[in-house]
Amino acid sequence: MNKTLAFLALFLSFNTLADPRATGDLGIVIEREDGNALIINTTDHKRLAKIEKLGDLSHASVVFSRDQRYAYIFGRDGGLTKIDLLKDAIDKRIIQAGNSIGGAISQDGKLIAVSNYTPGGIKVFSSDNLELVADIPSDYGDGQRSKVVGLVDAPGQRFVFSLFDAGEIWVVDLKNTKTPIVKKFPNIGKQPYDGLITPDGHFYIAGLFGEPGLALLNLWNIDSGVKRILPDYGKDDEKLPVYKMPHLEGWAVAGDYIFAPAVGQHKVMVINKNTWDLHDTIAVVGQPVFVMARPDARQVWVNFAFPDNNHLQIIDVKDLSLRKTLTPGKAVLHMDFTPRGEQVWVAARDDNQVVIYDTESLQEITRLPAKQPNGIFFSSRAHKIGL
Amino acid sequence: MKKLSLLLWVTTTACAGEPSLERQTTLRNLLNHDCGACHGLTLKGGLGTSLLPEALEGKPDEFLISTILEGRKGTAMPPWQPLMTHDDAAWLLSFLRTTSHK
Repeated sequence: MNKTLAFLALFLSFNTLADPRATGDLGIVIEREDGNALIINTTDHKRLAKIEKLGDLSHASVVFSRDQRYAYIFGRDGGLTKIDLLKDAIDKRIIQAGNSIGGAISQDGKLIAVSNYTPGGIKVFSSDNLELVADIPSDYGDGQRSKVVGLVDAPGQRFVFSLFDAGEIWVVDLKNTKTPIVKKFPNIGKQPYDGLITPDGHFYIAGLFGEPGLALLNLWNIDSGVKRILPDYGKDDEKLPVYKMPHLEGWAVAGDYIFAPAVGQHKVMVINKNTWDLHDTIAVVGQPVFVMARPDARQVWVNFAFPDNNHLQIIDVKDLSLRKTLTPGKAVLHMDFTPRGEQVWVAARDDNQVVIYDTESLQEITRLPAKQPNGIFFSSRAHKIGL
Repeated sequence: MKKLSLLLWVTTTACAGEPSLERQTTLRNLLNHDCGACHGLTLKGGLGTSLLPEALEGKPDEFLISTILEGRKGTAMPPWQPLMTHDDAAWLLSFLRTTSHK
């Protein structure tokens, strides 16, 4: 009897010992249709848990707390869910708007901002308990409210975002959450569809859908205002139909170059970061959606809009050449790199698979089942500006 | 000859009326995912407008079918003509008008 008890005690203590889980190599895979989030491990290529009932995740994105314990999932239906990666459970969930598009976490990790379509604006919550701390409606013109896109965090406890309908960029300083300071930049161009901040936090760039070019804001000197770059690019070319809005997340910055999707053209633009001129274009198989740099920026991976979305193309930054075209499966929607980039996870929605590649050999390593995966987000994002 | 057979093919599809069941599945998948990218999984709108029955009410069929096929200038709505026929678009529209989505 004593022996049994001792064994039981030993067994239990082992169990507790086995329990602690590190979170630096975890991630979230979004299952679109069912509204689930899978917690995965990027070292072991394992699914650890499935968190269900997270609402409409048709355009979901995820940010991570700076301690990498919590994932914040932004749903299309205005849902904001805080997931505990240690407990495989929902810590808190709120519906904060009717229709939203994404979010960001502040420099100090204490604030979560969400960009909303309806009602338009951003709402800012405490990352601890998801209590509302600031509400900034995107009013413009004659009592209208704009859809908000391209929300990112910026150094100095700021958030930057773009107003799709108004054609404006706003910078919000939240050092004091009770009195947010909003600086507005009107007339930046028609229909900014997404925005990004360079990984060093120096520049915010909004892509324009309604007219050629990009809007550039130097965050080191915001008083100099927004300047249009590449205003003539694609002006005279016939614009091809765009069946999915490109994204600017994870914009590839490599050395002197920035890689970005051309809108309405089957090209990746290579922009010189010193002069903001177009250095080159690289012809690709379709309308690029995500143009993402491997963490070391030696490679740039590109996925595409329907109907070319079964492809993935890899650009070698060394000579700006197309290194390889992969066909991981049907409807390749998103990808994320492991923290130092030796592997990439790719979501093939219509094949119900996540495909993992070795980025050096470009060979497939393995596949994991996931029901209609449309987003992959690793916890290493916790420590990156703008992600 | 090649042109003629292509023409014949186009005419036959155009006269075929309702798309095949297989094609209907493809169109529903397209609606869900690709239209849904802008109009939302529940079609209540996003970057694009709501496609729920009440939002489409009062708008004539031909206007909405031509919006699907030719897109709408000045907006992000692309022309779907390269990827579907008039019948496909008409079927999608009747599906949208009559189906209550989750």
